Amino acid sequence: MAARIDPIIGRYVHLTLGGREHRVYFEEAGRGIPLICLHTAGADSRQFRHLMTDRAVTEHFRVLAFDLPWHGKSTPPEGWQNEEYRLTTRSYAEAIRSFAAALELDKPALMGCSIGGRMVLHLAIEHGAEFRALIGLEAADFQEPWYDLDWLHRSDVDSSEISAALVSGLIAPQAPQAARWETLWLYLSSAPGVFKGDLHFYRVDGDFREQVGKIDITACPLYLLTGEYDFSCAPEDTLRTARQIKGAEATVMKELGHFPMSENPAQFRRYILPVLERIRAAG
Amino acid sequence: MSRDLTECFERLPMLVNDNQRLVHRGRLVSVDLLIGLGDIPYYVRIERGRIATLTRGPKLMGIWRFAVRGNAESWRKHWQSVPEPHFHDLFALAKRGHLVIEGDVQPLMANLFYFKDVLSAPRRLTGEH
Repeated sequence: MAARIDPIIGRYVHLTLGGREHRVYFEEAGRGIPLICLHTAGADSRQFRHLMTDRAVTEHFRVLAFDLPWHGKSTPPEGWQNEEYRLTTRSYAEAIRSFAAALELDKPALMGCSIGGRMVLHLAIEHGAEFRALIGLEAADFQEPWYDLDWLHRSDVDSSEISAALVSGLIAPQAPQAARWETLWLYLSSAPGVFKGDLHFYRVDGDFREQVGKIDITACPLYLLTGEYDFSCAPEDTLRTARQIKGAEATVMKELGHFPMSENPAQFRRYILPVLERIRAAG
Repeated sequence: MSRDLTECFERLPMLVNDNQRLVHRGRLVSVDLLIGLGDIPYYVRIERGRIATLTRGPKLMGIWRFAVRGNAESWRKHWQSVPEPHFHDLFALAKRGHLVIEGDVQPLMANLFYFKDVLSAPRRLTGEH
């Protein structure tokens, strides 16, 4: 019997980020329009494995997802042991644009979730012309915090357990159990301090409330989709953001939470396939 | 306060202690906490993941390390079989002001999977199936 092998290929690309060498892991599947996918804080590119094995997607899109440095199989840069990891708007944007440039992606589409969704807004503000279309999942220009980040990295609390347990509440109750726990496994697998370091971008460095009004969707279409059970980036956060952007589209996704692509892939594709079709139709 | 809701909650020791998986998850947990159901305080002693005692208050000089207090409507919605958005998780409730978490919350945060399951255990009884 033939082995069942996913049509996903993983490789490493060497990038210079912040003046330092990085070996960045990425996976890809499919052919056609490049579609870069950005994982959530404290997770990695495995969140997009369902999209990469969905032929309705991969027949028309070359889906690529990379692990941010310090995440998944992208090890931190040399000397990491002497520093505290902190993602910033600048370092995040540099990683994305360097990845796209290194792979010579021709005006890719890009989809980001959570911090990736927040970064979608920054890319729309500053670099929209570089992208064919931008999709923000669980994206808003600002969100009210709901816990103290210091709990994520302490000697008396297991960082992986607390990270996974906190985000477990962001998954909709309708999520299949296997998908729920696979989503949480990525958080349970994350190194100490990485989730917290990602959220530096979210909480401290990435407040775009004063800037989203500058987004010009005629330069780059922008689609915003948020799960109804997401209380971190709540639907009203996304809808408020969309109201600031002339012509932006926002959709509230039923029976989904903060991790639509991994917590309930079947439900998510009902929302994302029409968006991808529109991007494809626009050429 | 609905009698159904308090009766349901007072079965918490059975719901937790009969759940081997949950007791195993909490095997490192021994703590006193307070759970507020509307204006009724319940003092809960957990020993190695099992609920040793659940005492309906108020009582004088009750001891607790952390407290989770919510109004009856919030708990009722939290315990539905499929809770509606913003009532499905402790922190979702807290963010909206439906629930207050206070005190020395280190045991809660260090064992958050366990306590989320304990505090949602009545869902098995009150769910609108």
